Amino acid sequence: MTSSPPATPVVEGWFTDGAEPALIAARCTACGDLVFPPTAAAACRNPRCAGEEHEAVALSRRGRVWSCTDAQYQPPAPYVAPQTEGEPWRPFALAAVELPEGLVVLGQVADGFGVGDLRVDSEVELVVEVLHVDESGPRTTYRWKPVAS
Amino acid sequence: MSGVSGRSGVVVAGVGMHPWGKWGRSFVEYGVHAARRALADAGVAWADVDLVVGGETVRNGYAGYVAGSTFAQALGWNGARVATSYAACATGAQAIDTARARILAGLSDVALVVGADTTPKGFLKPNAGERWDDPDWLRFRVLGMTNPMYFALYARRRMDLYGATSEDFAAVKVKNARHGLANDNARYRKEVSVEDVLASAVVSDPLHLLDICATSDGAAAVVLVSDACAARLGLADPVRVAAVSTVTPTYPQAVIDMPLLATDSTAAVAAGERTFKESIGAAAYEEAGIGPEDVDVAEVYDLSTALELDWMEDLGLCARGEAESLLRAGETTIGGRIPVNPSGGLACFGEAVPAQAIAQVCELAWQLRGQATGRQVEGARVGVTANQGLFGHGSSVVLVR
Ligand SMILES: [Zn+2]
Repeated sequence: MTSSPPATPVVEGWFTDGAEPALIAARCTACGDLVFPPTAAAACRNPRCAGEEHEAVALSRRGRVWSCTDAQYQPPAPYVAPQTEGEPWRPFALAAVELPEGLVVLGQVADGFGVGDLRVDSEVELVVEVLHVDESGPRTTYRWKPVAS
Repeated sequence: MSGVSGRSGVVVAGVGMHPWGKWGRSFVEYGVHAARRALADAGVAWADVDLVVGGETVRNGYAGYVAGSTFAQALGWNGARVATSYAACATGAQAIDTARARILAGLSDVALVVGADTTPKGFLKPNAGERWDDPDWLRFRVLGMTNPMYFALYARRRMDLYGATSEDFAAVKVKNARHGLANDNARYRKEVSVEDVLASAVVSDPLHLLDICATSDGAAAVVLVSDACAARLGLADPVRVAAVSTVTPTYPQAVIDMPLLATDSTAAVAAGERTFKESIGAAAYEEAGIGPEDVDVAEVYDLSTALELDWMEDLGLCARGEAESLLRAGETTIGGRIPVNPSGGLACFGEAVPAQAIAQVCELAWQLRGQATGRQVEGARVGVTANQGLFGHGSSVVLVR
């Protein structure tokens, strides 16, 4: 029996895994501006800042829903469906979440939850789940999970 | 209205369109059709055009990347200067702005602006290939985020913040469908009921299929001329371009925008007084020397029904959160206080990207001349357009007469 390949993030460097996963932003060392997804560019996007260096910092794991929706039809490529062949595609929900650091981040909603579980201003928490499986094995992503109130 | 001078110097001498649809023919053919109509409307010979500006189409090969020269060749090389603009959905307005700037600079007397598109079926999707540094590719791969999902985020927010309902969104479609009934250039000319909209499939909650605009083939063209040329053509009381706003966002852009995965952060700099969409209209009003209270008619980008309501507020036609009450009171219907999308809007046209912002200008020209048969806003003298595209593009054009 062969062991299955280990799960890897769909994009390297966007989030940490483990018990308390978090998004990784690039922070300008000069002005403190935060960029997600973390930029590879050196120059700060703040037009009044000449900063040319960013450092990786973890963002808050909890935020509030700015808005939410779902996909009731399968999106076109380069979207990759999570189901294996023969299985029907399942709709998924997506939320725009406002973090205390002052930015709104789009993310899929955790498996098993839909728009009915969310409304503007409700609280969510970051989790890491499998997005789909490709030739290198399971690919993980960050998702927003409703916080039971 | 009288008393609005705007910035004179650029006159809309002629407008023309190729009807929107799914015709399956070359965008060049549509563009030439629209161009010839606009030239005939202006009473200008193609040989006398000294500048042609094309709106680029990205889905039709190299000919689309160099649309300006493609149209010039198809009309018959005449030695005119040439430019091609690309600004996503604001492409047409940027093309108009390019022509206007050369006229105002005294470098052009007669300019032809053309946008045309032939579109694929279904969701607009990114070009092929793996591009891990392209947000437009990443949003599909990492999030499965289609354009309608962005529209749905804005719609859901209206519901939770302002009490909008699915019936309100449907009422926008009903109104626009009625407006477009008599418009020969519209693709969909059929009455739609609130029940029809609500019975159509939900694409992305809360938006139904009939809340979301389709993609279409189509073309629109305008002939812009200098004051001196307008006088030579004997144009009395012509429609003038009072403003073209193509401002970019101001950092930090704190409202999520297609095709990005996140907003700028307010960690280093607080969000500004105006959102990006508000700033697009504000710059147009400032340039024209008018305010929203002077506007008689508006053509706004109803990529979704709910977005029309957002635009009414972004343009200052009503206060934030009040668009639904205007809609319900019939004030945005032809005959109301501020008719919105008398052409039928994207609801009746579907989007032909590089042509759409030009089509908005064509409609306002007809409205201000009193030639919008079957959909005329009586006595309209000031019109405004609003439009937004990917990657920080947007536009607002003010026409006055
Ligand atoms: Zn900085």
